[in-house]
Amino acid sequence: MVKMYLNNISIDPQRLERLINIAESSLLPLLKGALLYTIPLTIITFTIGLLLALCTALARISNIKLLEMIARIYVSAIRGTPLLVQLFIIFYGLPTVGITIDPLPAAIIGFSLNVGAYASEIIRAAILSIPKGQWEAAYSLGMDYAQALKRIILPQAARVSVPPLSNTFISLVKDTSLASLILVSEMFRKAQEIAATNYEFLLLYTEAALIYWVICFLLSIVQGAIEKRLSRYIVR
Amino acid sequence: MLVVKGLHKQFGHVDVLKGIDLEVEKGKVVVIIGPSGSGKTTLLRCLNALEIPTKGVITIDNHELNFANQVSKKDLIRFRRLTGMVFQSYNLFPHMTALENVMEGPVTVKQVPKEEARRKAEELLVKVGLGEQMHLYPFQLSGGQQQRVGIARALAMEPKVMLFDEPTSALDPELVGEVLKVMKDLANEGMTMVVVTHEMRFAREVADEVIFIDQGRIIERGHPNQIFTNPMHERTKQFLQLIQ
Repeated sequence: MVKMYLNNISIDPQRLERLINIAESSLLPLLKGALLYTIPLTIITFTIGLLLALCTALARISNIKLLEMIARIYVSAIRGTPLLVQLFIIFYGLPTVGITIDPLPAAIIGFSLNVGAYASEIIRAAILSIPKGQWEAAYSLGMDYAQALKRIILPQAARVSVPPLSNTFISLVKDTSLASLILVSEMFRKAQEIAATNYEFLLLYTEAALIYWVICFLLSIVQGAIEKRLSRYIVR
Repeated sequence: MLVVKGLHKQFGHVDVLKGIDLEVEKGKVVVIIGPSGSGKTTLLRCLNALEIPTKGVITIDNHELNFANQVSKKDLIRFRRLTGMVFQSYNLFPHMTALENVMEGPVTVKQVPKEEARRKAEELLVKVGLGEQMHLYPFQLSGGQQQRVGIARALAMEPKVMLFDEPTSALDPELVGEVLKVMKDLANEGMTMVVVTHEMRFAREVADEVIFIDQGRIIERGHPNQIFTNPMHERTKQFLQLIQ
């Protein structure tokens, strides 16, 4: 039984050559999908998402009840529903009420909203982790809220939030594969398209997985460098 | 220079300050002493508007704030610039070097050009004896050095009055002297100062007036010689006996 199974997956030279050919010819389209869609989509949504997250975090810690409430509901709604469902609502749901959004903008909206909610909690915690004395020292010099935040609090909060935000960023790289389901021709959709013509699913999906891994590996190196730079003023 | 009239501060239902009147003339040093929880730190923080008094009037150099009325944020910020605050726990900005800490106020708040702010900051750091340590981060400095940076940082804003909130309480005993020396020099140069401290020798040597506060009220005030050698009130006597 086991032998039969092994025989089945044993690879003859001809098949091996075919696989190598497909791997070679599919590499370029996959990399194109990564460079034209996966990576730009990740960078754009992370940037928008971070801005959204900062505003949301500041709203959460503000004294204005209404702002705080809106931020709280937003975070709760996004964290409480699956990302895929959110994307489907935006791309397939909204057209039924007359709002039609192209695949890429729909993906950007969906992912940005998502990053905004998750990262806001990270930024909020980071801001709250900065000792009250830092605010007081800033105020005692005559700074206003915005100056204290920008010059004193956020630079310190940035250091605290780099590791968890890197997590969010790396998750985002991988989550962009969900955009394939709303017709964005990012890397994973390319892999699906190619596999549909030659039925080499294992090969194509593994190839895509490896490219994701390489991207994330490079990102973790960048993360290390940023962490090192931001913690130059910390005792070790 | 500094006049406080009928200052009250409540935290919830607790009266921390129950009507403080205070007057500090230009160039004078007033030392505030009192048991912990007496309200002396709160008083100092009110002078810097880090705490908003419940009521009362504070006047610094012709700028008056009446806390019986709603005080706008703008007024508070302008008012804060009149005083320099030195904190018990230094509160230096850890992500900036000593020099950057001292430059920060003038550059960000007063929009002083960087070069000018740097020159001034260097001067101040040399003055507090840290000419060699300018480019170090706070974590590379001893407590005494950090506190001297804290003093230079406050001075950089050219305040009318310097406020010191137990500036040596967090320091190892051997480091207290260097900070007190800087404060003494400052007093000799004619800086108007309000100092909350437990350093009685400093109070004796430098203060023009010593104020004893207990339970949110000024119990006794006078020349240090009189307060320390011949206190009028029983509570002052008890307190001085406990700490001496």
